[in-house]
Amino acid sequence: MEIKKTSLNKLHQSNNAKFVEFAGYEMPIQYSKGIIEEHKFTRSNSGIFDVSHMGQLFIYGDESLTEELEKIFPLDLKNLKQNCSKYSFLMNEDAGIYDDLIITKIEEGYLIILNAACKDKDFEILSNLLGSKFKMNLDNNRSLIAIQGPKSVEILNSVINGVDQLNFMTGNWFDSDSQKLFVTRSGYTGEDGFEISISNDKVEKFVENLIQKGAQLIGLGARDTLRLEAGLCLYGHELDINKTPVEANLRWAISKSRLSNGGFIGSKKIMNQIQDGASQIRVGIKPEGRLIAREKTKIFNDTDKQIGEITSGTFGPSVNGPIAMGYVDKEFSKVDTKILLEVRGKKHPANVCALPFYKKNYVKGVN
Amino acid sequence: MSEVKFSKEHEWITLEGDVATIGITKHATEMLGDIVFAELPEKGSNVEKDGTAGVVESTKAASDVYTPVSGEVVDTNQAIVDDPSKINEDPEGSAWFFKLKMKDQSEMDSLMNKEEYDKFAKESAS
Repeated sequence: MEIKKTSLNKLHQSNNAKFVEFAGYEMPIQYSKGIIEEHKFTRSNSGIFDVSHMGQLFIYGDESLTEELEKIFPLDLKNLKQNCSKYSFLMNEDAGIYDDLIITKIEEGYLIILNAACKDKDFEILSNLLGSKFKMNLDNNRSLIAIQGPKSVEILNSVINGVDQLNFMTGNWFDSDSQKLFVTRSGYTGEDGFEISISNDKVEKFVENLIQKGAQLIGLGARDTLRLEAGLCLYGHELDINKTPVEANLRWAISKSRLSNGGFIGSKKIMNQIQDGASQIRVGIKPEGRLIAREKTKIFNDTDKQIGEITSGTFGPSVNGPIAMGYVDKEFSKVDTKILLEVRGKKHPANVCALPFYKKNYVKGVN
Repeated sequence: MSEVKFSKEHEWITLEGDVATIGITKHATEMLGDIVFAELPEKGSNVEKDGTAGVVESTKAASDVYTPVSGEVVDTNQAIVDDPSKINEDPEGSAWFFKLKMKDQSEMDSLMNKEEYDKFAKESAS
């Protein structure tokens, strides 16, 4: 299959991007400054991420759509206010995760942001579940740009006036340069920031404008170190069809009101796991010293019994040390539990730790 | 000190008496990206030509470091273990990896000179 390119491909090239294939797309892993500089720039200034490979699924409908979606997602959508966003999952009957996603209630229905590698399958699953009653559009004509970091609000507000009035996990339509943009205050870096849905033919000029105002392009490499420091899951690593939200320690994302009555796909398994506890749980892990434990590294206890596996591991530039996440047996999931990581045939000491590794406060209550 | 020689695994080597100093090339560091971890062979250990003699890890991945010649490890550069970013800063100078007491200096003969290596690196990169 031919590799797909986003509308910013030329701009990436002219900014000396190193490309990798990701979910069938040619995406920038880094630019000339490298992952650590890009990571630090995002934490201190403002980074621009091309996330146009992700799916933007618009589903159009009224209250009857809300009712149907509540049968799928573990969310209290009836009480979700218009323009508010929630993190959620598309699951199977065993609560295995097909995808993790952000769903926003908009005037016309819902906008769901899906992972690039999952979006086509998600569309198929949702089409089958919803039938033909509601119009669905996995919109390929729109790009998605994230701008993340402390200076982002000032920079973006100078281009799209009024975005500074958004609270975290809310969004709205804005007019800019005679076009309609959907902007949410959200992101996946642990920083304050925004995601902008914009038509493909306008996106290059829009991003050039942001660069001119001081933001810089950041590749997927730094996006990964940023999200890992923020303790956020990446589909295909922390999450997959064999993991449930309870095991992934994402119970907070399931609306409390839905836990008492269930009625969403996977609810039985989730309610059982909440009652009985999951046998393995996602935790944060800090190797001692500088050793990096990558994905698939085996985790042992002090009597040589394997108790889990690393799902993501790298060097955290802001933490200035190695960080990882993984799944361990329940009895080893407490913070400060000593564990051993097998790297290149030798076992190295590490500690279970609280997530995130790096924390900032999101913007709440601007209006 | 001898002329700098290079291996196909992107190591450089110089020889002073019978002691060789080995590190990774600038081209290698550019391919790897930001280096955040380095592991070196133990002092006193013996390493064999083309065998692994250490590891470097970038933010993206781990890569083995090979030794282009055989010998006994007589010194290692602790400074790059303590601060691996030095490898990106000065890979072909102060950020050497280890020194070997060579057994068979003829092992140097099959290695590339700078001109040959630059051509090799350019071709293998494209």
